[in-house]
Amino acid sequence: MNQYYLNYLDELESEAIYILREVWAQFQNPVIMFSGGKDSILVTHLAKKAFYPSKIPFALLHVDTGHNFPEALQFRDDLVKKLGVKLIVGSVQKSIDEGRVAEEKGKNATRNALQITTLLDAIEEHKIDCAIGGGRRDEEKARAKERFFSHRDDFGQWDPKNQRPELWNLLNGKHFEGEHFRAFPISNWTEMDVWNYLKRENIEIPSLYLAHDREVVWRSDTWIPNSEFLKLEPNEKVVTKRIRFRTLGDITITGGIESEADTLEKIVEEVSTMRQTERGNRSDDKRSETAMEDRKKEGYF
Amino acid sequence: MQIDKNQLLRFTTAGSVDDGKSTLIGRLLYDSKSIFEDQLSAVEKTSQQKGIEGVDLALFTDGLKDEREQGITIDVAYRYFTTPKRKFIIADTPGHIEYTRNMVTGASTANAAVILIDARHGVIEQTKRHAYIASLLQIPHILVCINKMDLVDHSEEVYNDIVTQFEQFSSKLYIKDVRYIPISALNGDNVVNRSENMNWFKGSPLLYELETLHISSDINKIDARFPVQTVLRPQRDEFRDYRGYAGRIASGIYRVGDEVVVLPSGFTSKIKSINAGEKSVDEAFAPMSISMTLEDDIDVSRGDMILRKNNQPEAIQEFDVMLCWLNNKSAQPRAKYTIMHTSNEQKAMIKEVVYKLDINTYQRINEDKDLHMNDICRVKIRTTRPLMIDAYKNNRTTGSLVLIDENTKETVAAGMII
Repeated sequence: MNQYYLNYLDELESEAIYILREVWAQFQNPVIMFSGGKDSILVTHLAKKAFYPSKIPFALLHVDTGHNFPEALQFRDDLVKKLGVKLIVGSVQKSIDEGRVAEEKGKNATRNALQITTLLDAIEEHKIDCAIGGGRRDEEKARAKERFFSHRDDFGQWDPKNQRPELWNLLNGKHFEGEHFRAFPISNWTEMDVWNYLKRENIEIPSLYLAHDREVVWRSDTWIPNSEFLKLEPNEKVVTKRIRFRTLGDITITGGIESEADTLEKIVEEVSTMRQTERGNRSDDKRSETAMEDRKKEGYF
Repeated sequence: MQIDKNQLLRFTTAGSVDDGKSTLIGRLLYDSKSIFEDQLSAVEKTSQQKGIEGVDLALFTDGLKDEREQGITIDVAYRYFTTPKRKFIIADTPGHIEYTRNMVTGASTANAAVILIDARHGVIEQTKRHAYIASLLQIPHILVCINKMDLVDHSEEVYNDIVTQFEQFSSKLYIKDVRYIPISALNGDNVVNRSENMNWFKGSPLLYELETLHISSDINKIDARFPVQTVLRPQRDEFRDYRGYAGRIASGIYRVGDEVVVLPSGFTSKIKSINAGEKSVDEAFAPMSISMTLEDDIDVSRGDMILRKNNQPEAIQEFDVMLCWLNNKSAQPRAKYTIMHTSNEQKAMIKEVVYKLDINTYQRINEDKDLHMNDICRVKIRTTRPLMIDAYKNNRTTGSLVLIDENTKETVAAGMII
């Protein structure tokens, strides 16, 4: 430290901690949107650092599609217990049962878009005024224009053309009753940054990210995990492959890649030579060129 | 890779499609191998549909639906790439006059600005505007890229003329470090690789400059400024009576044992401990996020600043600011706003508009003093309570502020304290 400059990971960390503390200072009832994926795990880890020796002052909000990887749920429960934080679960199944949303039909049906209603319902029910997410600007072109503090109107919608200017590190979280904010502390991190940091800090992640043997089906150019929710087409065959997942979403749509990377070190090495974007294996983003943009405007993560 | 030493460099690019800005960014991403195969194949497909041979590099920076339809950039878009030497964040901003607010936004956190000039047209109004904003926002390093050199036969004379033009008008501005590079973004000359078409150029390609700019001395390490964001009071037995003052160091260096003063209260104490995350450290410096505890039990809260006794900012209620108006709703004379300045918030009033500035000619306008979207002006501001301020030229954090309209809750102006 005799040189008095930060390396890029330390600078990203410092920026994220600053944003998390700003959320705490400016909002009444903020939560972390926790999916069990590596980005929300990272945000939770950064929140632990930001408020040490206090406990993380945010509840974790999990929007549960009902189509989970069992490992991800187990990981979530263990982490909540370890950190001593409150867990709020918004259930998509409940939204379906209550007739708030209708299930999609067909082979490629997913509950991805249904999450929006459940999320917004949870935000309203629990009077959440800021939902902290692990969204990153490098993920997708609609996310490239997202602010650290992103304003949502009282219908939970994002208006990309009318965003508040965000200068220096001055974050304006002022809002009217009924409106809320999304905060994105790791906006400036890339997938590679996330992996390098997870490795450096030796942060525990669900085993799904590491190479393991799993029953899968080849569909839409990717390995879709076999599960009770999967309906096989006549020409499809279940095979066992050594795979790992680059992102974790709904089990019905999250594709894995063949890999031998079973440690964080090996993942970092593999990701650095990877020639496909991580969301390339997510069929929710492949639906159209503006799939993410459209969902975001409606109130998606 | 020795990533543990690599720094982060933020730079802004301002310009329109015609300057080849999108092509330049596409070239940087492509040549630094930051483009993934699925992105590449999507762009190849679109290029073909448009009847373009090969890959249209500009498509890598394509934005939202409306932007693609209209062929424009509406907002600041952030792009990322990494080389073995550094991580880069590009704030990609549109260059038209109606988007001054986006340029100012992108420039506010930038270490460097890339200003593009079309070699066929030389310095135009837009160039002057970009240079002005770079100097107003005190971007430490300016890289002037004279683009489309392939269309002027890679002529050294054309290049020299444009350098002279730029030097002439920019002598009126406050720019610390400016470098010139003749490039062709389309063909890749002097972007990542040295050009074989311009052997007369003895400087380095753009990426080399970006990788080696000396940025660690751009942060003020002399004047210690620590705005308190929040107070940590863990409700746990082992931390009874613990009060950690959490924040991000704006400038300077803090060490355990330092004698400090808290403003505005004026109470003095000593630093007892400093924490960076869960780790206890002996010293910390800008821009680290830390928390510190003090020897004495004194009242410190959000908005206060912890400082050295012999180096304090001014605590005043009336000061001059260069303001950039960012909102559709014009400023009302003597209207009241909320100022956000570091972690502090105060009610404030624009007491007087001293002058407005024509950012194309750098002329002062004294007759018209209404503030509209994208206007830049010098104003006198009065706050209800003292703010602890520094001049923006000495400190980009404690010298900057935004104004918020309490009726709409929107950020309506950005200010640099003079």
